[in-house]
Amino acid sequence: MVWLAGGMLALCSVMIIALILLVVVRGMATFWPGAIASYHTVDGQIVTGEVTRSSTYEPRPELIDTLPPEAQERARQLLAANDGLAERVLVRTGNYELDNSHFAWVSNYTIERMEKPEWFVVMERLTWGRFYGVPTAFYVDGELVADTPADVWREFERHHGDIRKRWQQRRTLESKAIGRINHQQESARLELRGAEIAAQQARLNHGVRSEQYLQAQAVFERQQQRFNQVEAEFERRYADIREEIVALNQENERYQIRLMTVNGQEKSMGMAEVVRAYPANQLSLLGRIGVYLDRWQEFLLDDPREANSEGGVFPAIFGTVVMTLIMVVFVVPFGVLAALYLREYAKAGPLVSVIRIAVNNLAGVPSIVYGVFGLGFFCYLVGGSIDQLFFSEKLPNPTFGTGGILWASLTLALLTLPVVIVATEEALAAVPGSMREGSYASGASKWQTIQRIVLPRAMPGIMTGMILAMARGAGEVAPLMLVGAVKLAPELPIDSIAPFVHLERSFMHLGFHIYDLGFQSQNSEAAIPMVFTTTLLLILIITLLNVGAIWLRNRLRRKFVVSAV
Amino acid sequence: MVTTDTTRVTNGSNGTAADPGYAERKNRGRLQEIAAGKWFPPVVDHQLEREEPVLTVKNFCLWYGKAQALFDVSMKVPKSKVTALIGPSGCGKSTLLRSVNRLNDLVDSVRISGEMNLYEDSIYAKGVDVIELRKRMGMVAQKPNPFPMSIYENVIYPLRIDGVRDRRILDEVCETSLRGAALWDEAKDRLHQSALGLSGGQQQRLCVARAIASEPEMLLMDEPCSALDPIATGKIEDLIDQLRGEYTILIVTHNMQQAARVSDYTAFMYLGQLVEYGATASLFKKPQLKETEDYISGRFG
Repeated sequence: MVWLAGGMLALCSVMIIALILLVVVRGMATFWPGAIASYHTVDGQIVTGEVTRSSTYEPRPELIDTLPPEAQERARQLLAANDGLAERVLVRTGNYELDNSHFAWVSNYTIERMEKPEWFVVMERLTWGRFYGVPTAFYVDGELVADTPADVWREFERHHGDIRKRWQQRRTLESKAIGRINHQQESARLELRGAEIAAQQARLNHGVRSEQYLQAQAVFERQQQRFNQVEAEFERRYADIREEIVALNQENERYQIRLMTVNGQEKSMGMAEVVRAYPANQLSLLGRIGVYLDRWQEFLLDDPREANSEGGVFPAIFGTVVMTLIMVVFVVPFGVLAALYLREYAKAGPLVSVIRIAVNNLAGVPSIVYGVFGLGFFCYLVGGSIDQLFFSEKLPNPTFGTGGILWASLTLALLTLPVVIVATEEALAAVPGSMREGSYASGASKWQTIQRIVLPRAMPGIMTGMILAMARGAGEVAPLMLVGAVKLAPELPIDSIAPFVHLERSFMHLGFHIYDLGFQSQNSEAAIPMVFTTTLLLILIITLLNVGAIWLRNRLRRKFVVSAV
Repeated sequence: MVTTDTTRVTNGSNGTAADPGYAERKNRGRLQEIAAGKWFPPVVDHQLEREEPVLTVKNFCLWYGKAQALFDVSMKVPKSKVTALIGPSGCGKSTLLRSVNRLNDLVDSVRISGEMNLYEDSIYAKGVDVIELRKRMGMVAQKPNPFPMSIYENVIYPLRIDGVRDRRILDEVCETSLRGAALWDEAKDRLHQSALGLSGGQQQRLCVARAIASEPEMLLMDEPCSALDPIATGKIEDLIDQLRGEYTILIVTHNMQQAARVSDYTAFMYLGQLVEYGATASLFKKPQLKETEDYISGRFG
């Protein structure tokens, strides 16, 4: 029996450790810049790019027949020596706009020779994915400035930083400045619409000739005038900003770089397009570490691009953390109070037992059911009513009447409520009766006893419930798809535009991001490593949140450490 | 000076010749009779009538659900004296003590009949503010039950819940209570550390300090030394000795020597009935009932 039990535990541990190791190893490896290899195959093709993985397979004999005759013999020998199995490598070739694929398989029996070209540069671009090529020319204002790879590369490094800075500046203008104008314009429009609705209401309720209607109409007309003024002002500011952007773009367009692919095709591109570039086979170890860290930084701090398969996941990190914290804010007081009533106030009886069983059963309801409930109840019913009452000028566009971070948090709070209630009840039950009696004997009322003795003493247990709830909530994805998590959220739920916290906004979530990357991505080969990295990040964030809560709990527990009597 | 209430004694054990089961009952002895469900009036020392009572118990009965735990207990607890309740396990002494500050209210199934009065104020009358009542009594439990907070906060807990905020008063009460509980010298340098870091004996003295912090009219002690080693027990006994005269103390104890050492009066209970109640010196030296003598000399119980 001991062996069986121990064996099961060992099996569990091995599975968990293997899973975590897989995630860590593959997640960490994603951003490492590999070398560029050029495979010259027997049929005269050259495949150049980064080797991403390799596999063993059994090629069909017909495949060998397609090879040039002189290579067939060698290939057959090679296969015979390996029991008919062949090795193949997956090469990330990039250059999607030129040859319509990101990756190519190369089998070992077709390789004539392999070399590592000195001057191949990896370019990560805003669109079309990576480009692999040899820099051949650099133009400033249409004039050739450099034409050997080393010179072109020097020119590129000299100008790239400034160009990216201008590009960043442009993006800030587009998102922040124009965003703010749009926002002000929207609120002015809403104000006008509100006045219009008020006027309509007055006409419906009091008639066209009524005092109220005339007043409301006058207000509306004043609003209309003010709106037109404001609108003109906005147009002016908007034009200013556009001008600035155009200037920045023109400055950036002065620089062009030209690269040649392995097949001799040439391609020029604007420098602002290039996010990051490095001559892969010339990098020292330090240089590689630099690229690696730079990619991590982009991943952690930047917005996603290329349908989420490139760039960063900052909005998703932010959304996950904010949603989890809001969930905790809702679920802990709610669950603790419910447990307090169940354990301290309710008289034990069949009703309490039924409620307790019901609470425990809630924990077994599939999470998607919570999602459906959240969508129906929170989004449509509660959110719809809020929209009717407070945001009627925006209708038919929903404000709260659709998925948003508040509804997602509430749905998850409901989902994790049983965890908190059960843990709190256990913690309350574990408070020794002698302590309560001591408090009562000192003349404390029931609430004073609960507040001063029972709750502080039960706090570590309550925190344990909170930790479990957080771990459960932060990793949940299915219900979120219904109540507010989206593939790409244009704005964060907390930003610098008043009122700063926008609970109605939809948000990005790491768990949903993983699903999206893994199953909805166009370029799935490139997305797979990102799935591992994002998973690693999600695990790390949940661990961090938990470590924070555990640290808090231990601090509390140290206060209540019970000495041996 | 010990005088005996002879009428009561004869009342209890002799009966009349006309009583049909008399001879049989005499053979069985009083304790067997009690076990068989018969009620006897207690044998009470005259000396008690000269004392001013703080607590008066009249015909007090108590049931846990259907099981009756106290049978018609009547007794007076004298002012500024130490009164010990002794008796074998399950005789209801702790139940009686916990009835005084109505801690038994916390048990759902408890019912009572009869009366208790603290001075003139009824304890069980309808509409009594239990919280106010409990504030007039201090209690020390069987196992030390310090609260999960600092020593200082533990001592002034009764004042805190009364809403006393004045730091000067709190500091003063803390010091006098700790001195009163003979803990000041050991605790004065660690007042703001957790009370749970104290030893068991210190914790129990802390509970005494807490119990006397609001200057109660009565101190209830429920086997305060049962969880302590002999040295800590000695300290608590010394403490009770110091508190004598200042506080009215009702103490439940398992330990006959302890009752003999610390108390002025002793009440012997058996199966929910008060059997004999008198001055400790005479009760231990020359008990009026043979059953009491058997118990204190360790022949049963």
